[in-house]
Amino acid sequence: MDKEFAVQSLTDVMAKFTAYIGKRLPKDVKAKLADLRTMETNPLAKSIYDSMAGNQEAADKLNRPSCQDTGVIQYFVEAGANFPLLGELEEILKEATAEATRIGPLRHNAVETFDEKNTGTNTGTNIPWLDWRIVPEKDSCTIDVYMAGGGCTLPGAAKVLMPGQGYEGVAEFVMDVITERGVNACPPLLVGVGVSTSVETAARLSKLAIMRPVDSKSSNPRAALMEELLEQGLNEVGIGPQGLTGNNSVMGVNIESSARHPSTIGVAVNTGCWAHRRGKIRINADMSYEILSHEGVVL
Amino acid sequence: MKKILTTPIKDEDLASLNVGDVVYLTGRLVTCRDVAHRRLIEQGRELPVNLEGGAIFHAGPIVRKKDDGNFEMVSIGPTTSMRMEKFEREFIKQTGVKLIVGKGGMGPETAAGCQEHIAVHAIFPGGCAVLAATQVEEIEGAEWQDLGMPETLWINRVKEFGPLIISIDTKGNNLIQQNKTSFNEKKKPILDRICKELSFIK
Repeated sequence: MDKEFAVQSLTDVMAKFTAYIGKRLPKDVKAKLADLRTMETNPLAKSIYDSMAGNQEAADKLNRPSCQDTGVIQYFVEAGANFPLLGELEEILKEATAEATRIGPLRHNAVETFDEKNTGTNTGTNIPWLDWRIVPEKDSCTIDVYMAGGGCTLPGAAKVLMPGQGYEGVAEFVMDVITERGVNACPPLLVGVGVSTSVETAARLSKLAIMRPVDSKSSNPRAALMEELLEQGLNEVGIGPQGLTGNNSVMGVNIESSARHPSTIGVAVNTGCWAHRRGKIRINADMSYEILSHEGVVL
Repeated sequence: MKKILTTPIKDEDLASLNVGDVVYLTGRLVTCRDVAHRRLIEQGRELPVNLEGGAIFHAGPIVRKKDDGNFEMVSIGPTTSMRMEKFEREFIKQTGVKLIVGKGGMGPETAAGCQEHIAVHAIFPGGCAVLAATQVEEIEGAEWQDLGMPETLWINRVKEFGPLIISIDTKGNNLIQQNKTSFNEKKKPILDRICKELSFIK
């Protein structure tokens, strides 16, 4: 395949996939919402879950974005060092975002900061936002596409704690953010927590945490325990769908961490709304692809 | 039986409503969010739509322009109402709006405005934007299009638009504020319990 054709082919796939994930939820989120709907006993909360399910059916049938806020488009790229289009990928994803905006259609959500002008294409300075991880040796590329809506972006918070505040301080920070600001972010939420050395490292990890499947567990036993305790604790608070109270508050809590300076505990929280629109796709060196997050997709 | 409000809404239509009640709207629903509120309240510009007895929707929809030049509502769900808290009390006073639809709660200023000028705030389930779009019969107009797609004032004719859960009524009650108080009360003992298992730094 010549390079020009490969670029064209990948742009087309990524444009269609980006538009697609705004219309249908990934399988892990779908399954979790079905579980939470079954478990709910509060009549008003039950009726909200019914509206949510009806909305997803209508979005699928009418082929429309299930939520009007199709977000700022973010791509989390795990690229093999030998992936043939490594240098072209940024431009490809920018073009794919603009094309997805036309075919979705997606809402125009890129406003140039300071100029205060909506570009009308969902592209702008450093938007779509790309997060890069390079994997040695490999020649494939795995991309998580995420629609970061305004509502579920607003609760985002980061802070650096002193070691004396400990993991207890981390738990308090997470619970405070969710009970105070989570209500507006369309619960039940997927809560991402980053525990790391400073604000930006914790913030990045908290976002990567919500790219993990809803029911996934950290491989570190203590982090996994903390995920479980926070999930149970937040559910006990009973925020319910849309903050109208109910049996649960969250779809899950995922924690990602790094090593840190002995004098600091960086902590950050990111939230995904119930309509957690993300998709995972693996692109092979020959531009063939496999969609990992959704079943039965025809692009 | 469905309780349906019809625009223009009169004060007496709202008197018996309490927080937690579910209603539907038939008539005219105008999208109005951040910049439109700023223009009226901070800059003193006149709104291009008369909202006396009307209903606004904190929402920034996806709209498609059809070949015949008319607009089609594709997807329209509520946005975070709290962003408009800073302006809403004065907005209610100046416009005479009766129903404010959005997502999440609003604060004490809006609750005071609703009580003073007889208005209510209601929640449409967030994220249910296609459901909402199918309840829009027609887009009758679009004002301040210079603000771009999300911020334009889209004038919609709606039929039995809902469910709308009353979150602030005319008596000063604020459902989400009450819920948040109860969430914060519940949080403390839960946190104390969790923290006992998190003493990893020894």
